[in-house]
Amino acid sequence: MSLSSRTNEKLAFTFIGLSMLTVVASVLIILYFIISNGYTALSWEFLTSMPRSRMTEGGIFPAIVGTVLLIVFSMLASLPMGVLAAIYLNEYSKPGRFKWAIEMAINNLAGTPSVVFGLFGLALFVRYFGFGSSVIAASLTLGILVLPVIVRASQEALLSVPMEYRHASLALGVSRWETVRKIVLPTALPGIVTGSILSIGRVAGETAPILFTGAAYFIPQLPSSIFDRFMALPYHLYVLATDGVDIEGTRHIQYGTALVLLLVVLGVNTIAILIRRHYRRKLRLG
Amino acid sequence: MRMSFKRWHKEKMIESTLFAVATATVLILILIFLFLFRDGLGLFDTYSFSTFITGQAWHPTSYNPQYGLVPLFLGSLLVTFGAICISVPLGITSAIYISEIADPRVSEVLKPFVEILAGIPSVVYGFFGLVVLAPYIQLWLDLPTGQVALTGSIMLSIMALPTIISIAEDAISSIPSSLKEGSLAMGATRWQTIYKVVLPASLSGISAAVILGIGRAIGETMTVMMVTGNAAVIPGMPEGIIESVRTMTATIALEMGEVSMGSEHYHALFAVGSVLFLTTFILNLIADRIKNRYKFKLEGS
Repeated sequence: MSLSSRTNEKLAFTFIGLSMLTVVASVLIILYFIISNGYTALSWEFLTSMPRSRMTEGGIFPAIVGTVLLIVFSMLASLPMGVLAAIYLNEYSKPGRFKWAIEMAINNLAGTPSVVFGLFGLALFVRYFGFGSSVIAASLTLGILVLPVIVRASQEALLSVPMEYRHASLALGVSRWETVRKIVLPTALPGIVTGSILSIGRVAGETAPILFTGAAYFIPQLPSSIFDRFMALPYHLYVLATDGVDIEGTRHIQYGTALVLLLVVLGVNTIAILIRRHYRRKLRLG
Repeated sequence: MRMSFKRWHKEKMIESTLFAVATATVLILILIFLFLFRDGLGLFDTYSFSTFITGQAWHPTSYNPQYGLVPLFLGSLLVTFGAICISVPLGITSAIYISEIADPRVSEVLKPFVEILAGIPSVVYGFFGLVVLAPYIQLWLDLPTGQVALTGSIMLSIMALPTIISIAEDAISSIPSSLKEGSLAMGATRWQTIYKVVLPASLSGISAAVILGIGRAIGETMTVMMVTGNAAVIPGMPEGIIESVRTMTATIALEMGEVSMGSEHYHALFAVGSVLFLTTFILNLIADRIKNRYKFKLEGS
């Protein structure tokens, strides 16, 4: 090995290491700014009270409620659909045109810009179905947005179930569906749960799809039905930072809202990562 | 094997239900197409198609409204191009680091880091860009405002990183280790192996990563809208990078809230949305093609 090829290697590895460092540093810098500026705003009162004085004081309670509603209703819509579609793809369909079409559709849904989902939600749910700007229109829009996340995660989870399990069950005379329901699904459950938790993070953080499907600048009371408009954490942060009454003076509320949003999203992501790690280890041992 | 008719019937019912649900995913994509294009094409009842595609001005609220796509399309292109210039080298080298250089224990720590990056909501990136990065850019480059294309490109490059890193990493780690071992056994250094064997072999996977990264950047809305200043003018090249620009996504998000439903302006925004959707749709198809081809190639060998 010549000296120069060693120097080359050292140079290249240093450069690559530096570039990895840049990526890590950018995560840390963003987290640092949001956390260090946001934590002073956090208090029980901030989380549980309504905004006051045209949103220059008070808390973010209605935005938290709105985000929770979006999570619940979008999951109700897309979780069953995503898991069932994944079951069909993995356990029933044979390779061919149809399977290809579904997988192509899912890949394309995953790559479609979030604002396009917003337009679609506006055209279909708000206008065509006549739901109006509402919790239900926004939830269904977000449900479609996260469908690919759920399908892919569930497919991966189903794929990791060893074939022997199915063969053993089928050989005992258990029907296909009973095999799926009693053997395959329980084994794949942790993976499916991980995927759905990750999609909760997406639902909580997305702004563009709810801009024209139901998010409100400010409403003095909580939504009382799924046909009411709502406030949501990401949209609240957006309006305070760009369209608020006192943009400079409410920076602490903005940082606080950003931190709460970050904690929700990263919190659910961390839970998902931990579950996955726990079960991967278990599978390896088993 | 004998199966009672009732049980057979139930199995068939379940299979059909599952089939219907799976079909629904395709249906959703078709519905997106239909609804987007129906409302987008509505523009051309009253406005000429060629003026929309080649129009140099976007003045939707003036007395004689103009809906020219060019400034918005170029705005999107400029911000995306800037982002890709930053995130492709960073992303690919990081993927190499994670899969080829780092100790496996270090990789186990780095991967969740990349996932955190993917998890941060776009509005939080936008907020960070607006209150932290933009003032710095203004100061460093001595500009009248920090809300320029460059700020958007930097924020977008960070956001596109997880897409690029994870797909490129998949491609790199799917290279059979026999290829690498062969190279090392011939006396090549690890870097020579990476550079001459691993990278060429994973090239198609890496190009898929880059294309999906472009799709991610071109479709990003909130961040761009919050940090690029949103002036709907045709950006100069290259000085446009330090000027305020307006992307297709930002235009839709900013203006849709204020249009009256079914108006010409409403249809114009759907037309912009259709262009955006078509762009990412084509990018997705290309990435899909490339990925399938290389999967086939590796399996074939």
